[in-house]
Amino acid sequence: MALTKTNIVDQVQERIGYSRKRSSDLVENLIEIIKDTIGKGEDVLVSGFGKFCVKEKGARKGRNPATGNDMMLDQRKVVTFKCSSVLRDRINEDN
Amino acid sequence: MNKLELISTLKNEANISKAEAAEVVQIFFDSMTDALTRGDRVEIRGLCSFYVKEYKSYTGRNPKTGDKVLISPKKLPFFKCGKELKERVDY
Repeated sequence: MALTKTNIVDQVQERIGYSRKRSSDLVENLIEIIKDTIGKGEDVLVSGFGKFCVKEKGARKGRNPATGNDMMLDQRKVVTFKCSSVLRDRINEDN
Repeated sequence: MNKLELISTLKNEANISKAEAAEVVQIFFDSMTDALTRGDRVEIRGLCSFYVKEYKSYTGRNPKTGDKVLISPKKLPFFKCGKELKERVDY
């Protein structure tokens, strides 16, 4: 079973005791802050979890696989995630 | 931006106390950690998804000394950027 926003809202409601609406608004607000920060090109570092980094990829030559034509792919930005050692150890605990 | 700044930004935007904001942030990342520890997937629409990928053992090399080292099997969270976030980062 995948963890979704609904489960996180459940947790906030249960553990802090806010109403459903308030819990949901706060979780949405937090997600928006994270997206906004990364969207501006700034990294988000969460101790104990990991860091979300914005990486710039240079332009490169590519090929359209359907037509075989050469094309130039523009430089772009991607989001990468580096897992913290705490999270990594917890995931590997049972080994 | 680090966790503390995340907390103070949420505190200001949502008009809640620092302790409450800290709790929301903690629950958010704890829920994801717990799910991944159980081996479950995480899917936050628009932000990102994670699943635990299992890596087999392999022989690696210490890049400094060139010595062969056996890397034991491991699990790592595999991150996939959400569509909306992807578009916002690379407009």
